[in-house]
Amino acid sequence: MTAVTAGLGLKPQHFDEAERCAAPGVWFEVHAENYTVDGGPRLAWLERIRARHPVSLHGVALSLAADAPPEPRQLERLAALVERIEPVLVSEHLAWSTWRGAYRPDLLPVPRTAGVRQRVIDNIQRVQDRLRRRIALENPSHYLAFDEHASDEVGFLVEIARRSGCALLLDVNNVHVSANNLHYRADEVIDAIPADLVAEIHLAGHGEDPTLGAALLIDTHDAPVAPAVWALYERLVARIGPRPTLIERDEHIPPFEELLRERERAHARLVEPVAEAA
Amino acid sequence: MDVAEYQDAFAAALLADAGQASPSTVVERLRRQPGFAVYRNTVMKGCIDALQANFPTVERLVGEEWLRAAAGVFARGQLPSQPSLLLYGEEFPSFLAAFEPAQEIPYLADVARVDRLWTEAHVAADAPALAAAALAALPPSEMSSVVLRLHPAARWIWSDDWPIHALWSRNRSHDADPGAPMEWIAEGVLVTRPLGPVQVEPFARGGVALLDACRSGRSIEGAVQCALEAQPDVDLAALVQQLLQAGAFSALQPIATKEST
Repeated sequence: MTAVTAGLGLKPQHFDEAERCAAPGVWFEVHAENYTVDGGPRLAWLERIRARHPVSLHGVALSLAADAPPEPRQLERLAALVERIEPVLVSEHLAWSTWRGAYRPDLLPVPRTAGVRQRVIDNIQRVQDRLRRRIALENPSHYLAFDEHASDEVGFLVEIARRSGCALLLDVNNVHVSANNLHYRADEVIDAIPADLVAEIHLAGHGEDPTLGAALLIDTHDAPVAPAVWALYERLVARIGPRPTLIERDEHIPPFEELLRERERAHARLVEPVAEAA
Repeated sequence: MDVAEYQDAFAAALLADAGQASPSTVVERLRRQPGFAVYRNTVMKGCIDALQANFPTVERLVGEEWLRAAAGVFARGQLPSQPSLLLYGEEFPSFLAAFEPAQEIPYLADVARVDRLWTEAHVAADAPALAAAALAALPPSEMSSVVLRLHPAARWIWSDDWPIHALWSRNRSHDADPGAPMEWIAEGVLVTRPLGPVQVEPFARGGVALLDACRSGRSIEGAVQCALEAQPDVDLAALVQQLLQAGAFSALQPIATKEST
C-alpha cells in the first residue's frame, strides 16, 4: 500500500465518491463523535470506507483541557470505535468543551499555566492508556489574549507532548489565524515546532469577522485553503519533511472533485523529492 | 488562578446576555475582547445546526428562520448533555409543546417526536430481525412463556389527537403530495431499521399496546391480550405480519420468571 500522503475530511454527502476514490496516498478523517454510536448506517458506511482507505479519528469533544478527567462513557465509546475502525491516526485538541455535564460544541481556550499543563498531561495519559496508543494533540485557533499565560503556545504544546508521550497535530491554518488575531509571527511558530513531534498536519480555510474584517480571522472551514496558509505549509514541509496532511472543509462543502483537486496540491508537495541544499 | 472557577465563569459568560459583565475578573477581561463573541457564536451555532439537522420535518413546517430561533431559545436553556450532537434535542419536542409561539401548529410537538424517534432508530445498535419462520415454529403452548424481544432500533408512538404519520411523512419526504386529502384521525407511527435505512410507517392502537407490553416484559400471549384490550377490532395477523416485516423484533426469549395470567 502507498504511504498516506494527503487526506480529506469525510462528509456524508461524499461517502460514495470517497469509497471509490483511487488517488494514491489518499486517506479520510472523521470527527470521532459523529461515529460514537451503537450502530446503524453511519457506522456501516465508515466501515466500508475503512475497508478501502486508511481512516483517521479526530476527536472534538474529549475536553482534554477541562479541569476534570475525560467523560468516562465517551472515552469508552471512543475506545470501542478505535477498536472497530483501527484508525491510522487518533487526535484531539488542546481545548475544553464538556464541563460539569454540559457539552459546548466549540474548542474553548485555557490559560497556559502549570496547573492546566499538568491536567492536560494527565488527561492525555488517561486517553492513551485506555486506547493503548499514542494520540496527536492539535493547536486550536485563538481569539483571546490571556494575561494569565505563563508560556508561549509552542513551549506549552512541546512540554505537554514530551511529558505525556503524545504527538502533535499541527493545524497550519490555526497558526495563521491565531497569529493574525493575537499579533505574532506565524512563521516563527511554524519554525519552532520540533519536527519529531509532528504526526499530522491540518489545512483549512478561514474567514473574516463580519464586522471587524481581517483584524479578526475566524477558523470557519468554509473556504479553500488561503495562499498565506499554503506558504506556511510549504515552509513547514520543507523543514520537517512530509507528514500526513488533511484538507478540512466543514461548511459550504463543494463537489468531491473540487476537494480532491485541493488535496492534490498537498499530495504533490508531499511526494516531491527532497531537495538537497545546493 | 483556579481553573475550575475560570471554566465555570467562562461557561456562564458564553450563555449570558451580550454585554452582561462576568463576576470573574479573568473572564471579564476576556469577555471585553471582540474575540469572545466568536466563542459565543460558535457554541450557539453548533447547537442550533444540530437541532436543525435532527428535526428536519419540524423545519419544513415552520421554516428555517423560525426553527433556528426556537432552537436558540431551547439551547440556551439546555446545552447538549453528551459530548456528541447526534442525539441532541431529546427534550426539544416537549419544549415545543410548551413553547408559546409554537401553539399555532398544535401538532408540531408530535411531529418533532417522530423526528426524534427517527434519529434514535438511525444510530441504534445493529441486530438481526426475528424471522417469521421462527415465530411460526413456536408451539402455541409456549406463547405464555416467551417474550418477543424488541429490535434495538424499534420505536413507536401514538397520538390521540393527530394523524402523526400522515403529517410527518407528508412534510419529511420531498416527493409527498401536499394536496392529497388528509384524514384527521388519531394515529400511531412505527419506526424501525430492518435493512439499513430507517423505515417509518403508520401504526394501529393495538400495535402500540402490543409493543408497550413486549417492552415491559409481557409474554406473547400477554402482549396479544393487551393489543386486543386497546383495540378490540385489531387484525392480529396483519399486525404481526407488519411487525415482522418491519423488523420490530430481534429474537424470541423465554421468560425467566413466571408470569401470572
